[in-house]
Amino acid sequence: MDLFEYQGKEFFAQYGMPVSPGKIAFSVDEAVAAAEELGAPVMVKAQVHTGGRGKAGGVKFAADIDAVREHASNILGLDIKGHIVQRVWIEKASDIAEEYYASFTLDRSAKKHLGMLSKEGGVEIETVAEENPDAIAKIWVDPVVGLREDDVRGWIAAANLPDAAVEGSVDILQKLYTAYVDGDADMVEINPLILTPEGVVHVLDAKVTLDGNSVFRHPDYEQYDATQTRDEREAAAHAKGLQYVGLDGSVGVIANGAGLAMSTLDVVNQVGGKPANFLDIGGGANADVMAGALEVINNDPNVKAIFINIFGGITRGEEVAEGIIEAMKRVTIDSPIVIRLDGTNAQQGRDMLAPHLGDALMMEPTMLSAAEKAVSLVAG
Amino acid sequence: MAIFLDETTKVVYQGLTGSTGRYYGNLNREYGTNIVGGTHPKKAGTDVDGMPIFASVADAKAETGCNASCIFVPPPAVKGAVMEAAEAGMELVVVITEGVPAHDEAWFYNKLVADYPDTRLLGPNCPGIISPGKANIGITAGHIAKAGGPVGVVSRSGTLTYQAVYELKEKDIGVTTSVGIGGDPVPGTNFIDCLAAFEADPETKAIMMIGEIGGSAEEEAAEYIKANVTKPVVSYVAGVTAPPGKKMGHAGAIVSGGKGTAAAKMDALRDAGVQVGLNPTEAGDLMAEIVKNL
Repeated sequence: MDLFEYQGKEFFAQYGMPVSPGKIAFSVDEAVAAAEELGAPVMVKAQVHTGGRGKAGGVKFAADIDAVREHASNILGLDIKGHIVQRVWIEKASDIAEEYYASFTLDRSAKKHLGMLSKEGGVEIETVAEENPDAIAKIWVDPVVGLREDDVRGWIAAANLPDAAVEGSVDILQKLYTAYVDGDADMVEINPLILTPEGVVHVLDAKVTLDGNSVFRHPDYEQYDATQTRDEREAAAHAKGLQYVGLDGSVGVIANGAGLAMSTLDVVNQVGGKPANFLDIGGGANADVMAGALEVINNDPNVKAIFINIFGGITRGEEVAEGIIEAMKRVTIDSPIVIRLDGTNAQQGRDMLAPHLGDALMMEPTMLSAAEKAVSLVAG
Repeated sequence: MAIFLDETTKVVYQGLTGSTGRYYGNLNREYGTNIVGGTHPKKAGTDVDGMPIFASVADAKAETGCNASCIFVPPPAVKGAVMEAAEAGMELVVVITEGVPAHDEAWFYNKLVADYPDTRLLGPNCPGIISPGKANIGITAGHIAKAGGPVGVVSRSGTLTYQAVYELKEKDIGVTTSVGIGGDPVPGTNFIDCLAAFEADPETKAIMMIGEIGGSAEEEAAEYIKANVTKPVVSYVAGVTAPPGKKMGHAGAIVSGGKGTAAAKMDALRDAGVQVGLNPTEAGDLMAEIVKNL
């Protein structure tokens, strides 16, 4: 679950990290009211789940209320890498002497937590990693051992932060690690972490991704479900509990199992088609799940053909066939369906589907031939 | 021979009293797996379809001498269940449960490495392991695999594993052991563990390795193959067309920051002398050629 900057700052604040006072605004008037309450100067910051906001004109300094009005009206509705800005964060402006970078994430290869700290903050860390990799100090933390203060001090020294920033950074980095672990985050990032002319270390930005699997420990995370960026199709599928990712092609795909679903997209591409989506209906393929999946695909106006790819393991072929037949009775499908059914009791399933075959429902013996058929139907 | 699991392995099921655990426990027993029973702290002395329930894994071990555990408990209970099994001295712990928090996984993975190095963890979020004709732990349909080798299979994806072993069976090719390492970010057992075991297993003559996008496990496996594996390896990597930044069903299947793409993984594998199929069928055909010439 991706948090907006302001949600990330609220999250950090819960762990005692210093963030600037601010207010969220959904309109120009709300932005102005927030700025009046906070007192100018303020920053007007677009809230979107993507980087590069500054470059796109989504982050502006406003010296007075007129400037807030001007910037808020420009930023609200702005398209930043396909994300339309619907909310702006109005925050008390800070004086900046230096900008740093700090983050924690899981290093899957080392199977440890990886902390990254750099004196060169305020720019994308990928750029620093490419142009000046030595400027990033890394620390690997064993989750069982945790992050000790001595380690943090050594890490800060390795990053060459100035003396004035050391004590403030020790405090913030320890709290950042606690937030990352106790908050079950996949990633926490502060960019920039700033040093003010007065010598105070302060959190100026927050990028947080939370682990959706941890909601049982953090019931309050359910609030973030409503602010995830999903297109209409993804939202509809999510509401039905389906694993769905929207793509921009014309072949609707339904498969059982994440691996087989990914593989189905690959095969559709290999035979010259473009998949409209990734959709994993999981192990079972009963009528309810199948009907829900077909409904979601059917509502995608780009879909011109549907490819159902099922390998029955524990799920038996006749159950799958029954699910498809029943689902087709419940949902009126606009596009032709091509089925490939293999695995346990596949022949029985195929026999059951046989009387229903025609222009609306076709069957192919292999994944490849089914993909070819579906793609040819798109071409008309 | 087989790797990690055979007919002598004695398995206890943590979560056997739940509906999923009971269902697959029965299927695994029917397959021939040596199941000693299940555990439940409050139901000791009862049974599930004739399989006795013990209060704990330690009790089950004291009574039966079991040396492996299969975990079907819900995600919040997985961390405790894994530690219980490790503390009781289980040599193999298979976690089927999906949806375990990544921080829990990272924690118990490192805890086991540090304090219980003799415990092999498989999963979480994996289909399990099957040594066809001998034993089956997890959710794989036993009959889709032909027993006897010569192919060892290792995969991150459940359904693609099924697809692979089934295609091999259709071509009358047997499997020594098929290991599903699972689709989570911190798998207890990785490709390299399985490659090393297959390389050492005299009955395994060739290896099928099925990867997917995300992380760098395939690249690391490629390096390992180049340096250590003499047996032929065929591979397939799912997710060539997956868009960056999107989790494709599995928690670990995500291309982020330009890293973890299928193309990079396939290149690394080819560079290590692995034959790479562009889809599961092609990988099956490549393997059939290899087996024919063994």
